[in-house]
Amino acid sequence: MSLERIADSSPATEEDTVWKEETGWLDRVPRAAKMLFVFAVFILLWDLVTRFGMVSRIILPTPYETLKDLIFVGKNLLTGQYMLGALWITLKEVFYGFLLAMLIGFTLGVIVGETAFGEQAIMPYLVAIDTMPKVAFAPLFVAWLGFDIDSKVALAAFIATFPIVVGTAAGLHSADVNSRNLFRTMGASRWQTLIKMKLPMALPQVFTGLKIGSVGVMAGAITGEFLGGGKGFGELIRTAASQLNTPRVFSLILYLSIIGLAIFTLVSFAQRRIVFWQKDRVSTGGEG
Amino acid sequence: MPAAAALTETPPLGAPVYQLRNVGKTYARNAIKALDSVNLTLTQGSFSSVIGSSGCGKSTLLKIMSGLIPPSTGRVVLQGKPVTGPRRDIGMMFQQATLFPWRTTLENIVLPIEIRDGKAAAKAARDKARALLELVGLKGFENTYPGELSGGMAQRASICRMLITEPAVLLLDEPFSALDELTRDFMNMELQRICTSRNATAFLVTHSIPEAVILSDVVYVMKPRPGHIAEVVEIDLPRPRTLDMMTTPKFGAIVEHIRSRLDKEAFI
Repeated sequence: MSLERIADSSPATEEDTVWKEETGWLDRVPRAAKMLFVFAVFILLWDLVTRFGMVSRIILPTPYETLKDLIFVGKNLLTGQYMLGALWITLKEVFYGFLLAMLIGFTLGVIVGETAFGEQAIMPYLVAIDTMPKVAFAPLFVAWLGFDIDSKVALAAFIATFPIVVGTAAGLHSADVNSRNLFRTMGASRWQTLIKMKLPMALPQVFTGLKIGSVGVMAGAITGEFLGGGKGFGELIRTAASQLNTPRVFSLILYLSIIGLAIFTLVSFAQRRIVFWQKDRVSTGGEG
Repeated sequence: MPAAAALTETPPLGAPVYQLRNVGKTYARNAIKALDSVNLTLTQGSFSSVIGSSGCGKSTLLKIMSGLIPPSTGRVVLQGKPVTGPRRDIGMMFQQATLFPWRTTLENIVLPIEIRDGKAAAKAARDKARALLELVGLKGFENTYPGELSGGMAQRASICRMLITEPAVLLLDEPFSALDELTRDFMNMELQRICTSRNATAFLVTHSIPEAVILSDVVYVMKPRPGHIAEVVEIDLPRPRTLDMMTTPKFGAIVEHIRSRLDKEAFI
């Protein structure tokens, strides 16, 4: 029997064997609905806990009180009253802190990632400093730089620098043997290899470092304000907390988190534009 | 075709282009002799292959020939000048296409010019790059990013990048072994066509005996410990070669002969 005959020998009268794959009903629910559900459960639990007096109002305000205060703070910010000034100060700290961290972090990262001297002689010290609790340096920064925004900028930059160093250095090491050999056979100088191959290749991991740093920079600025005074958002939180105005603390933190999210989104957006060839998920901050 | 005509000072067909005399390599660190007294001559327009198992010294040989590492003994001469480092008249192609995803296909192809002669020269070489793209059948993909190219297309682009500096010798390091077999056979025929159209002198390193036989005029069989050329097999199949030849008894006999020359233990 020839091959064609074997292939064609099934009778035409038999029915197709089409069958359906099973999918869980939860998989078919839209993501937004799932997120909304979790949010609703959270608010409901929160409301129950406070409504039946399980926790003192001073420790945990009701969701409604928090919402009221959110609106109050929002109005205050929108109408340009004292809270906007405080927010502006904190934003400045975050901006300068992040800028400083990027400059120092990237420079150190290139030195450590590209030169053998940097890797052998500088990196150990960076790792040692990185393992220190950086927040503990806040009083020192205040002593050195005063109660103005400088000390907060320094702490914010201090916290955000290390992830950028590590990201840049690791990225520079990510160039594969083929690319290195190709550049060598083309007679490329060390500088050309760095600029035209290693740095572009490092960008995904540089951005991973930037994203981790962008989260740390906000923490640094607020911690600096807690410990070193000033007129920023951290000071508002501290004042509210000392007055046992818990709803205010909650709403201030929420507004801060919105700003933190905005910075993170901005970095992610920059990554999508600059590292346009990277197709995989860029929003997670994970390994590129 | 202007790019092919632009080949300057092309020696006559059959003239020696690349010569290795008693080339040996001992890695000083662990006193391992990787290569022992290799002699070979690549003549203008010829296609040679080296075949052998992993660890037979063929990648060491290729590194010496590309000027990436110096030999411990012997003489390596390309176009009458000793090879003492990477040179622009040596073209290389690797197992991976190694195109850079932030550069368009055209920008990737002119990269060797940009590295050696600067941005202005690279810009001037764009027309030549376009001609090369047409030669390998990638016309219209000038501004495509490598991420959108298939494996075979990416290797075609890397052929263009190798050819843009008009090298005197092409060193091919298992160039198509990452491709599926159907694409690989097809690309080998394309490689033959491209080499013939430019009278290129090519040197291929491969694991595949059929691939070596169908492409080559000469196959060098290498054996390990220390790496040396055990036999030189001349392939007298007519040119141009076709994939149909791979089913002929003569082809089978040559493949069988080479296979018998390689130790069985070498293919663990």
